[in-house]
Amino acid sequence: MNADHPMDGVAPEPGVHKPNPVLVAKDLQKSFGGLRAVDIDHLEIQRHTVTSLIGPNGAGKTTLFNLLTGFDKPDAGEWHLNGGGLVGIAAYRVARRGMVRTFQLTRSLARLTVMDNMLVAAKDNKGEGLWGALTGGWHATEDANEERASELLDRFGLDHMADEYAGSLSGGQRKLLEMARALMMDPEVVMLDEPMAGVNPALTQSLLGHITGLRDGGKTVVFVEHDMDVVQEISDWVIVMAQGRVIAEGPPDIIATNPSVIDAYLGAHHGEAAE
Amino acid sequence: MSRRARFAWFWLATITIVVMTPLASFAAGESIGGTLIQRLEDEKLPIEGVTITVSQDGNEIGAGESAAGGKWEISVPGAGIYQVRLETSTLPDGVALTDPDKEELPNVEVRDGQTKKVLFPLGEGIVSSVSTYERVGFLFVAGLKLGAIIALSAVGLSLVFGVTGLVNFAHAEMVTLGAVAAYFFHASPAGPQWPLVVAVFPAVLVGVAFGWIQERGLWRPLRARHTGLVAMMVVSIGLSFAVRNLILIFFGGEPRAYPDFAGQAPIEILGIPMVPKQLITIGVSLIVLAGVGLFLQRSRSGTAMRAVADDADLAESSGINVDRIILITWMLAGGLAALGGTFFGLNQAIQWDMGFKLLLLIFAAVVLGGLGTAYGAMVGGFIVGVTVEMSTLIFPNELKTAVGLVLLIVILLVKPQGLLGKKERIG
Amino acid sequence: MDWGSVLIDGLLSTIGPITAAYAISAIGLNLQFGYAGLLNFGHVAFMLVGAYGTAITVNLGGPLWLGIIVGILAAALLGLLIGLPTLRLRADYLAITTIAVAEVIRLLVRSSWAQPLTNGVFGIQGFADSFFDLNPFAPAELYGFGTFVVTGRKLWVMLVGWTLVVLLTLLVRRLIKSPWGRVLKAIREDEDATIALGKNVFAYKLQALMIGGAIAGIAGILLAVEQRNVTPDAYLPKITFILYVIVILGGAGTILGPIVGAVVFQFLFFTIDALMVNAQANIGWVGDFLTPAAAGQIKLVLVGVGMMVLMIFRPQGILGNKEEALIDER
Repeated sequence: MNADHPMDGVAPEPGVHKPNPVLVAKDLQKSFGGLRAVDIDHLEIQRHTVTSLIGPNGAGKTTLFNLLTGFDKPDAGEWHLNGGGLVGIAAYRVARRGMVRTFQLTRSLARLTVMDNMLVAAKDNKGEGLWGALTGGWHATEDANEERASELLDRFGLDHMADEYAGSLSGGQRKLLEMARALMMDPEVVMLDEPMAGVNPALTQSLLGHITGLRDGGKTVVFVEHDMDVVQEISDWVIVMAQGRVIAEGPPDIIATNPSVIDAYLGAHHGEAAE
Repeated sequence: MSRRARFAWFWLATITIVVMTPLASFAAGESIGGTLIQRLEDEKLPIEGVTITVSQDGNEIGAGESAAGGKWEISVPGAGIYQVRLETSTLPDGVALTDPDKEELPNVEVRDGQTKKVLFPLGEGIVSSVSTYERVGFLFVAGLKLGAIIALSAVGLSLVFGVTGLVNFAHAEMVTLGAVAAYFFHASPAGPQWPLVVAVFPAVLVGVAFGWIQERGLWRPLRARHTGLVAMMVVSIGLSFAVRNLILIFFGGEPRAYPDFAGQAPIEILGIPMVPKQLITIGVSLIVLAGVGLFLQRSRSGTAMRAVADDADLAESSGINVDRIILITWMLAGGLAALGGTFFGLNQAIQWDMGFKLLLLIFAAVVLGGLGTAYGAMVGGFIVGVTVEMSTLIFPNELKTAVGLVLLIVILLVKPQGLLGKKERIG
Repeated sequence: MDWGSVLIDGLLSTIGPITAAYAISAIGLNLQFGYAGLLNFGHVAFMLVGAYGTAITVNLGGPLWLGIIVGILAAALLGLLIGLPTLRLRADYLAITTIAVAEVIRLLVRSSWAQPLTNGVFGIQGFADSFFDLNPFAPAELYGFGTFVVTGRKLWVMLVGWTLVVLLTLLVRRLIKSPWGRVLKAIREDEDATIALGKNVFAYKLQALMIGGAIAGIAGILLAVEQRNVTPDAYLPKITFILYVIVILGGAGTILGPIVGAVVFQFLFFTIDALMVNAQANIGWVGDFLTPAAAGQIKLVLVGVGMMVLMIFRPQGILGNKEEALIDER
């Protein structure tokens, strides 16, 4: 970890202010049929860091993701990306503004080739409008996009699969493709929902490498995970949720010894902790 | 052959046929007949004791009176043109010809050996004779009756959607099949000819069996193949189309009625005319729907059904045999739809596409109540039924289905998750 | 039975104007269902609206070209009206609404309430006269060779019809091969993922529904012109299902699928017809129960069964590739 870390001196307590936040949420609330799924007073995500969001099943992590990215609407609250309010902004517009998400279950576009999966993610292609598609003139953009896509595929070790259908990839390759595809949008914040779920240990290492690589390339990464060990290794900051609330946040080593975190995990997950 | 010659031959042939027809009229059995029915909204009330006379060129040939069920028939000496007259003075109070100028039909042509059917459309008579109170009351009861039929049919559709995620477009044919099966057991010469109250039981069993066959023979294998939902919906609408036309082949295209309870005379309650079979439909439906509610709340299969609808994976992991529950749901859906179909046939007519005609209203009910919720479908069914019937106070009768569609679209715009549905994430 | 003449009749009907109209309508459905994954179970309504838009405009005194434009725009507008409330919701809601709309529109058009405009069940005639005035062929003359002949009137409709098939296929090809088409296919594969990639999925679905609807409108107009008559009961729900069979048979999500599907379907339909007529005439016991009406209904049962069997066992149809079909099983 860096010597002069940006998070040095930030107090490890829920809702703490950070020196350079890219994402800020205030009083965010969402319930499903009387059950509080998300209830957050204040939360900031520091720019250019890897922040992990952990918590037992049902803690509201994915719901929080859905709210922040516009895939679900909160009952109350507001949140800002780079100071711009996102209340009532459609999910696709949130993505265009630079906050891109992946899904817990990989969503490869199966009957599109790997290359098309990449190209469809590129922004500002005139040929994606009906008029542009009819009149043409989008081939130059397409060529440039293709070049960038090839580079990204190369980086994620998928270049030899470019012309295959995405549906024919293995589970691990789909995870990589999904990450590469998100980068194709050139996002500022990358939100990864359990990128390591159901992935073998070798690939986990490779994915972790890619995640830190993203941060070093100037992106902010937020990812959901419930395995504490994985989190320890690469996170700059850890946010712990339980029953919809942020119960703790701080650097990974401090979080690991936080008694309320251990409580939340053991309390909710005796079975899983034994694994 | 030149075109002119062909033309000439055509006319020669036509004229010959026309001229020859009366000559062949010694074949016995020509008559003129019909059924006097007063249409009150969708209800058909037979009118008895009305005098009808037949004459030819000013000479009276015969007269008759409409009997039970409104039927009348008057023999005529042979093929030819006759004048048929309904004596309006013999009509009961509050009943009149919908078109007052049509009391005499001057050009009724009877062909050889034919029993010529003649129609005297009867309406509510002079508008003032039916008070607004009576009309509103009548329509409300008719709406409850239609709502009961929709609710019975819709619950199964919604339950199946709940446990499998599939909107089964062939559900309409489950409704039709029930009505047709009841007809078979009740009235078909090839069937046992049981009274309708008995025949309805095997009819419901046929519905249950159809649900079982569908699930075991089609949907379970498709789920095992991981067929996508879109593909499954295409399969279900293919099934719907195939079964509908199969029914058409075996049942024929003509609408039929159950002989039992046909032409029931209306009774008056609180000054509102209602037909007893409407009340039976409403009453029995309410009892059955209450039973379904009890089953869902109290029985183990019912609670399991709700658990599967909530979260199939969670239900599976907590030891519920999901496949068995889905099978039970299909059988329940088939039975309820068959009962709904029988009531639909009892109150209107049995026809090969009756389920398809009802499908739009079933959809409106299910969406209104919330797709996947059993109670929603019940509530939705009654709301849709009453709304559609009451709409005829303002709109013409033929726009009834359009009212159902408008209702559906308004729900989608205002509250797409329905009255009792859970709010789902909408992308 | 003379199988040679049966074959010729079959081929003539296969290349006839009705097949061209079905192919056009299938091109529209393929754009919606094959490429965008939209379940439109009321496709026939777009054909009806197109045909009536044209016929009513001409009936009110407008020229035919204006009528055609009105018909196409009206069909697209129907797509907009259906799409606005349903396309933000899950796929089932579009299916439910379209099947309902198709039936209600037909009932409305034939109702006495709409009679002043639509002439009810009797329909509208004579709106296509100016189209036949342009016919370069002699209307009553027979063109072709041997017994393989069509009238000049029919030839004119065929020529226009198949030209439209080619033009519309090229149009759809251009759209699908563009980035616009790629987004459409992405939506078919996974709507949420496509939203997450910053695409306005709702707008794309609406566009696909409207363009596909407009193309179906063209098909409806062609059908009405061919019959010189537009009646509500020419647009029964069965046409939608026939079109699904055509699209899946040819290969949903392939450029040439609708054409191949329409041609193969018409030929099969005709052959089955000929076989049944033959059986009626020559096999005693078959003739007893297989009335002409029953024969027509059996064909429709086969349409339904064909829809199921194709969707289950060969969802990629004739032109789609097996690899793609296997991927679909998720």
